[in-house]
This record gives sequence, C-alpha cells and structure tokens, in this order.
Amino acid sequence: MDARLGLRNTKSVLFKAVIIFFAFVITLPLIIVLLYIIKQGVMQVNWHFLTHIPAPEGETGGGIANALVGSVIIVAMSSIVAIPVGMLAGIYLSENPGTRLAYWSGLCVDILQGVPSIVVGIVVYFWIVKPIGFSAVSGSIALAIMMLPIVIRSTEQTLLLLPPSLKEAALSLGVPYHRVILKVIVPCGFAGILSGIILSIARIIGETAPLLFTALGSSLFSTNILKPMESLPHLIFTYATSPYDDQHDLAWGASFILLMFVLLLNIFTKLITRKWNIQL
Amino acid sequence: MLFNAFSFLLSAFSPYTPRHMTVKNKRLDLSYSQMKWETIFKRILITMSIIILIIVVGILITLIVQSMPSIKTLGIGYLWGKVWDPVNNIYGAWPFLIGTLLTSFTALIISIPFSYAIAIYLGEYNPKGWLSNLLKNTIELIAAVPSIIYGFWALYVLVPIVRNFEMKIHVAPYGVGIFSASLVLAVMIIPYAASLGTSLIRMVPSPLKEGAYALGATRFEVIRSVILPYTRSGLFAGILLSLGRALGETMAVTVLIGNTSTIAPKFLDLFFGPGNTMASVIANEFAEADHTLYLSALIELGLALFFVTVIINLIGKRIITRYSK
Repeated sequence: MDARLGLRNTKSVLFKAVIIFFAFVITLPLIIVLLYIIKQGVMQVNWHFLTHIPAPEGETGGGIANALVGSVIIVAMSSIVAIPVGMLAGIYLSENPGTRLAYWSGLCVDILQGVPSIVVGIVVYFWIVKPIGFSAVSGSIALAIMMLPIVIRSTEQTLLLLPPSLKEAALSLGVPYHRVILKVIVPCGFAGILSGIILSIARIIGETAPLLFTALGSSLFSTNILKPMESLPHLIFTYATSPYDDQHDLAWGASFILLMFVLLLNIFTKLITRKWNIQL
Repeated sequence: MLFNAFSFLLSAFSPYTPRHMTVKNKRLDLSYSQMKWETIFKRILITMSIIILIIVVGILITLIVQSMPSIKTLGIGYLWGKVWDPVNNIYGAWPFLIGTLLTSFTALIISIPFSYAIAIYLGEYNPKGWLSNLLKNTIELIAAVPSIIYGFWALYVLVPIVRNFEMKIHVAPYGVGIFSASLVLAVMIIPYAASLGTSLIRMVPSPLKEGAYALGATRFEVIRSVILPYTRSGLFAGILLSLGRALGETMAVTVLIGNTSTIAPKFLDLFFGPGNTMASVIANEFAEADHTLYLSALIELGLALFFVTVIINLIGKRIITRYSK
C-alpha cells in the first residue's frame, strides 16, 4: 500500500519536473535570438548607419536611412487609415451586440485575423498596385488591413468591460449619444484601446509579406508616397538572402533596430495594461 | 385693458402665438443639431462595420476572379499535379501542398508538448507571482518578434547546425529545407496555443479539482483525469489556431525552405531536403509571373490558403466561444 502511494507521489513529482522543464526550455530560443541579434546588430548602429542610404553592392559602409524613414511613413499612413475605422467598427460591435450586422462583421473580423499576410499582399496588389503602380500607399493599405482586426477586437473587448451604468448615467443627463460615446465611454476605455493600437503597430511594423508586391522597396531615399518605398523588414529580407557580407551587416543592424522597436512597443503596452489594470 | 390682459394670457399658453416663432430658441436648435449628429454618428458606425464586411468579401471575390483562368484551364487536377514547370506551362500544386502540410504538421507536433507544458504550468502549478508573470510575458514576446528576424537568424545560426546534424545521419546536407523551416515554425506558433490553454486551464472550476484531491488523487492524477479532460476541446482549439498560423506563415519559411519545386522520391530526402510551401512559392514567384496562367495558378494557391486558414480559424473560434458560455 505504502509502496503504491510512494510510486504515485514520485510520478506526480516527476511530471511536475517535466512540465517545468518544457515550459522554461522554450524561452531559450527567444533569448538566443535576442542575444545574437543584439551582438551582431549593436556594432553596426552609429550615426552614419542611421543617416545614409545603403552602399551599392560590393562597397562597404552605407546605412538604412531610406528603410527607417520608409517604415515610419508606411506605418504612420496605415495607422491613419486603420485606427479610426477600427475604433468606430469596434464601438459598433460593442454597442450593438445582438444585431445581424454585428454578427456578420464580427465573423469577418475573425476571418481577417486569420488571413495569411501573403494573401493580403496579393489582394492589395490587384486593388491598388494594378491601377496606380507599386507605391508606399498600397503597402500602407495592406498593413492597415492587417491592423484592423486587432484594433477592432481590443476596442470591443475594452468597451464591453465598462459598467453599463456609466453610459446610462450620461444618457439620463440628456447628453446626446455620440457625445456619450466620444466623451465618456471612449475616454474611460482609453488605456485598453491605446494598448490595442500599440500592439497592432508592433505587429505590422515587422510584416514583410504584404509589402513584397505592394511597397516593393527601393535602394534610394524616397518620401514620395506614390513611388516604391523601402521598409525595414523588406530591407532585411532582401539583404539577408544576398551573397554580400556588407549587406548582411546592414541587415543585422536593421534587424537590431526593428527588434528594439517591437520590444519597446510591447513593453510599453505591458506598462499601460498594468497601470490601468486591464486585460486584453 | 381687459382685452390686452386676455391676449397676454392667450399668448402665454397657446403654442401657436407669434412670441415663440419670432424669438429664436437656441436650446431647441442646439438639440436639433445634436439629434442630427446622433443620426450621423450612428450611420458612421454602421458604415465602418460594413467596410469590414466589404473588405473580407472583396478579398474572397478578388481571389476567385483572379484565379478563374487557372481554375478553368487546369481544373481540379491542378491540386495533385506533381510537376511545377512554369517555363513549359506545366502547373501542379502537389509539391507545395506536401511542403505546406509537412512543415506545418512537423512544427505542430514539435510545439504541442511545449504549449501543453506552458499551459499546465501557468494555469495550474504557478498561476500567480513574478515567475509566472515573467514566463507569460516572455512567451508573448516570442510571438512579437517579426518572422523575418527569425528567418534571418535561423539562416545564419540554425542552418549550419542542421547541416552538421544531417551529415551525421547521412542525408544530403543542404541545411535549408523543410526540417529547418519546421523547427523555426514550431517556436513561432507555440505562444498561440499556450496562451489560450493557460486561460482555459485557469477556468477549470476548483470544486472539481478539490473533489479529486479529497478522493486522494495526486496532483498528476488531478491534471490527467480532471483538468485535461475538462479542457480537452479548448486545448484542441488552441492547437487549431496554431496550425492556422503555421499554414499561412510566409517570411521565415521563405528564407529557410530552400525553394525547390520538385518532390524527392524518398521521404528522408524530402523531409531534410529543400522544398516549397504554398506561401513561400507565392512570395518567391509572384513578382516574376509573366503570363496570366502562371499568375493565376499562384493566386489559386492563395485562394486555397485563404479557405483552409479561414475554416481552421472559424472552427477554433467556435470551440472557444462555446467554452466561454
């Protein structure tokens, strides 16, 4: 009897050990990737690297100024499109949960969340690149489509958490509906919505696949949004697969900067969600 | 005098007196304009959610219309055509289907023990405290790192290691290929199943667990015969969501898979050798596709990818919503 009990207890302890091993071993790849990128990238980054465009193939030096500026422009444009649309659609979904339109657009948000990024790239190619040519605008539209579901869901989830008495109190004072939403409900859920927005920016800033056939990339410095534009992830992709060591160095530096962006945005989101104590 | 007083009374009580029409009622006007804005605001909200509908329907229609030439010319046999040779106008999607299924399922099988372990650890053994928070945030960071960075890192660090390993087991030492892509993919998809599993395991009612403990069960037995059966379909949904991610993942796979559109006859060569997935062939060849049939054959791959990921995601979401009710 005692022996059996001992066996069962040993089994339980062993199982716990195995679980803990597997759960923590998976942080190793992340740590290794982070350390390696930092080790390779941090030496590349200096003022010259940030302010110059890539050197021609085979020459040393050069920087990633075009990709930095391009990424910022493309992400800013997609935020301008996706944030208002996403917030308003999210407000609709949280305000009218029972309607048929809410059901179908909720379903569409779920679908949009699962659409592979390369498919978004193909579709935007036919929608925008075919009529006006490869351009930063088409890249932004593709990224905006990737961004929408995250913004919508975070807005909806945050607003659903707010107590209904808040809205009822404002309405009973005679405040018109749109001001109740914009001046009472949205400010109360602001932290949750903001963290959703930051999270979505962190997600799209590293997306390469939708940009392959839309913003295309260019080795020149360009701020014309109707022309092809380089972006950080696209630069990493082209230079990572090139045979030149100098271009690999550029790509390591660009990876380092991109990684720092993404990590900072994620940590920022964590701080917001912790300060206002919200769950995403 | 009397008449004057009478007319004053009349004007005070009747709504149809000139007094009301001449004096501009600012409050009334304001509330009219507010009502107008209310309607406009509600219409804007409705328009925005219709836009979401239009985008998704538009994606579907665009993909179907653009892949029409290939659907008409190549028919259903396209899916199991074994040769992909755009130069000679021969198109078969079988190499990419095999590549996609092989990478995704290998990645899934590698990832399952890890995501279950994380879910059980964070959900049952250590749901609170700094260590649990630290692990949870680290797992979320795994999902945050852009896939191109994983691909780039793996190309210069993981591939040489895989190449050495392949030399040891006596297969052609390509390094890049389906095996390398699966390894990286496995790491990338773990967070999706893990975070869903964690929240589901935390939702297991404690009376169930306490009952089992009261009957003398050990912790392992409680997990095996109470927690896992209770959350089984939810954990399955998490794995489905991971699978959806793996099927559509493009950049890391494109960098690592080696881009060969032929199928090796022996399984070991296929598994360790270079290949192509549906997403990676689109990423590589879409810009070079110079005639309609070639382009539309690629888009048909995109359409298939769209359908498969959508169905997998919707089934996963359906299971999860049934859980939370």
